[in-house]
Amino acid sequence: MKFIALLGALMLSTIGIAQDCNYTLSGYIIDLHDNTALEDATIILAGSEKQIPVDKDGKYTITGLCKATYNLQVSHPACETQAIRVNLDGNTSRNIFMEHHLETLGDIELKAHLHNSKSKTATENVVAHTYLESNSAGSLGDALKQLSGVSSLSTGNTVVKPVIQGLHGSRVLLITDGTRLQDQEWGVEHAPNIDINSAGEVTVIKGAAGLMYGGDAVGGTIIIEPEKIPVKDTFFGRTILTAATNGRGGTITSSITKSYNSGWYGSLQGSLKRFGDFESPDYILSNTAVAERNFSGRIGINTYRFGLEANYSRFEKEAGILRSSHVGGAEDLVVAIQSERPFIVAPFTYDIDPPRQEVTHQIAKIKGFYRFENLGKWSAQYDYQRNNRLEFDIRRDSEDTRPSIDLQLETVSLKTDFEYTADNTITAKVGISGNYQKHFPDPSTGVRRLIPDYQAETFGVYMLGSKQWDAWTVEAGARYDYNRIVAEKFYTTSLWEERGYDLLFQEWVLQEFENQLLVRPDLSYSNVSATVGSSYDFSDKTSLSLNYALATRAPNVSELFSDGLHQSAARIELGDLSFDQEVASKFSLQYKQSGTNWSASIAPYANFISNYILIEPTGIQQTIRGNFQVWEYRQTEARLLGVDFDAQVQLGEHWDLQHQFAVVKGRDQSRNEFLINMPSANTRTTINYHLPRWKNLHLSLESNYVFEQNEYPLTNFEVYLPQTETTEIVDVSTPPDAYHLLNFRGDIDFALSEKNTLNVGLMINNVLNSSYREYLNRQRYFADDLGRNILLQLKINY
Amino acid sequence: MKTLYKFFILFTLTFSLTSCISDDDSLPSIVNPEEVITTVSLTLTPETGGSSIILRSFDSDGDGPNAPIVTVSGDLETDTIYLGMVLFLNETTTPSENITEEVQEEADEHQVLYTIGSSLSASITPTDFDSNSNPLGTSIRLSTSSPSEGSLSITLRHEPKKPNDGTLLDAGGETDVQVSFPVTVAN
Repeated sequence: MKFIALLGALMLSTIGIAQDCNYTLSGYIIDLHDNTALEDATIILAGSEKQIPVDKDGKYTITGLCKATYNLQVSHPACETQAIRVNLDGNTSRNIFMEHHLETLGDIELKAHLHNSKSKTATENVVAHTYLESNSAGSLGDALKQLSGVSSLSTGNTVVKPVIQGLHGSRVLLITDGTRLQDQEWGVEHAPNIDINSAGEVTVIKGAAGLMYGGDAVGGTIIIEPEKIPVKDTFFGRTILTAATNGRGGTITSSITKSYNSGWYGSLQGSLKRFGDFESPDYILSNTAVAERNFSGRIGINTYRFGLEANYSRFEKEAGILRSSHVGGAEDLVVAIQSERPFIVAPFTYDIDPPRQEVTHQIAKIKGFYRFENLGKWSAQYDYQRNNRLEFDIRRDSEDTRPSIDLQLETVSLKTDFEYTADNTITAKVGISGNYQKHFPDPSTGVRRLIPDYQAETFGVYMLGSKQWDAWTVEAGARYDYNRIVAEKFYTTSLWEERGYDLLFQEWVLQEFENQLLVRPDLSYSNVSATVGSSYDFSDKTSLSLNYALATRAPNVSELFSDGLHQSAARIELGDLSFDQEVASKFSLQYKQSGTNWSASIAPYANFISNYILIEPTGIQQTIRGNFQVWEYRQTEARLLGVDFDAQVQLGEHWDLQHQFAVVKGRDQSRNEFLINMPSANTRTTINYHLPRWKNLHLSLESNYVFEQNEYPLTNFEVYLPQTETTEIVDVSTPPDAYHLLNFRGDIDFALSEKNTLNVGLMINNVLNSSYREYLNRQRYFADDLGRNILLQLKINY
Repeated sequence: MKTLYKFFILFTLTFSLTSCISDDDSLPSIVNPEEVITTVSLTLTPETGGSSIILRSFDSDGDGPNAPIVTVSGDLETDTIYLGMVLFLNETTTPSENITEEVQEEADEHQVLYTIGSSLSASITPTDFDSNSNPLGTSIRLSTSSPSEGSLSITLRHEPKKPNDGTLLDAGGETDVQVSFPVTVAN
């Protein structure tokens, strides 16, 4: 094989005609499978038989070249030898991808990305494994916040939903090990059911460019991938112990992996988390304790030709919701907002009482691939997900221990794709996917179902590809999805008529009861999404990419079917059966430049969303329980403009400085006002000190400044208080003040033996113990955010 | 390539055959909300006997869009002591459910609080108590004085601070019922 390649290279080679010969050809030798640099590669410039050195970062540089066509022969001990033809017309950078298959370079502590980049032209960021590890006691949403342009929408500090460039919920897809997470993400107080400790690496695509995952990622896609398992005889594991002062608890997570030269492997991972009530600087946040138990295991075979894997994961979480955030109606809310301290501050406890939620998410999966020589790779996957969600409210009868919400969502999905891999300047992928979903809300709760019984199916087909010509890369893709949802729902007759559904959808009524109707809405949507983009490398230090993505999202079940009191939010939420799909057109640009000791990236974007669905307060409704705020979903033309900025400067041998800034401005174009719940501008600056010769010491101090959100719609309302015989304004719109947090992190390594290392880390979050409230925390009306937290972490690799 | 093509065809076919939403599912059963209170009434009977005055608020659809209908059967007399009984009902179920009994059973965790508008010349004292001898307020004594008009609010609080000074602000807890009645004291 080597010989043929060499022969081919010789035959095709062209010796440059004597002319201006001072061009440079440079680039990296990259493993096609995991994007890691290949350091042991050899390059021979055909014709001259000159061997070009490749440095340990996989970089090669050939100088003194002329305007001509050159042939390179690239070989590597673990790869098939390749012949590469380059048309040189100036200094050129060209990366060479190699099919690295004899062994996988999946070492445990890889600095580079373990996985392929997901999109060639869209803005994407990666959270490294080491960062995930140091956040072992936190949540996925917290860990993602360190990326510019990613913030979170939370309910307290344990229910954290990621927000990408101003958008959240169903607009953000979560892909865990190739499976689209179906965990009732439509709820604001539903955090992703992901154990952060099971993630090897997390990639965030800021926009809808990840078409293979879905066409409805109006906000973006979060891709969680497990660690790569090397193809060699090895046995390794890791345990991380974290103890924290705030919440007086900790986590333990452990994983072990066994793999063989033959390609067989198996891996087990588990984690336990337990915290008591968390504390703000001035008081205990009563009933915010949390418990988590997670487990995952996988077994499979991975060879060059084919691979097969079966895996199972289980996520179980029980979280208390701040007791004081559970209020009756608007009268209670106004008192809560006006009071500095939460009404209920009890002594510290580990107990988790109502209001609380209990979620279990299970995924069982079989996936495989087969590689066709000189053609590509075919993959298929089948998975089953079961999500159980119980929410316990405070009931009038405390003997009644039934949950108020008891939902079960089951999803079966099947997908397959084919990836063309024969030409390393081209990527091409086609795929189809389908899923069936069944939702069952248990009626024995004695509370009207918030989300109805429904069955849904989706079917998607997509193709995408990219082509690289020297410094240019062009990418394009398209996807079509068909969604159908059939629900069986009870509406109160008064609401059915008030919304005018009796005129629009009367044919769906199946049965009439005394004051309720049983209705069978049958809705289907055809969604088209597409992406096109291009990037240009001016040099190996400067690049520019532009991406356009069109995303179409069908309304989710909450937006369609919400029809009444949501007790845990103390508000009446109203959806609309007549909603259309949301269609987003997003333009994003990314300019990157680096120098010898610095790098910077600036990524502005504009997202125009037609039929954008939002929920906001629209008034109050009188009931016998007092007045309730009414939050109604509505559709509008929205425009989001923003920019994410990242920079890094190396200051001498040991110091470096990182800085990032993100801002997004949301505008409701139809009403010419600001959009509700847009993250405020924030900036993060970190100074790092690294001393490798003394126990690999790392120290870092991070300053995080979050500006006050001064762009918000005014949605205050008035309520009459009988006690004071006054009418009070309930200020639900004014965002809290700006705040500044300092976070410290330090860690050192101890070599326990030749193979085992112990890493000891100390982290202090909110060093100054500042009192603050965050605009996108739904508990900001009731209590301050977390105070100082000191964490000690032990990490052992073995 | 040909096998691949065949595979795709087969796969698409399998999909279109298997992923069908079933029609023959049994229909979900109705939930008559148990936590709903539709009716609040306060029956005031003069201590010395005579006809009762009934203050009633009825919300047929619970948390639904219809507003409660508030009725007061007549004026209160001046300088009179009334004995009052409050009644909470859930009338979305048949037979209707008496929530007052539930409140009385869990007296420690509930309290009915009364707020009298400053323009109304009347006062209220609760006459029933929980096991810790803190007021419960499902039965009351109401005394009127001079002719006046004003509001009388009834609030049912869950898990209030006990003991409290009888005001809503001090009691805290969550509001389960809050109704205001326009009341007239006349000769």
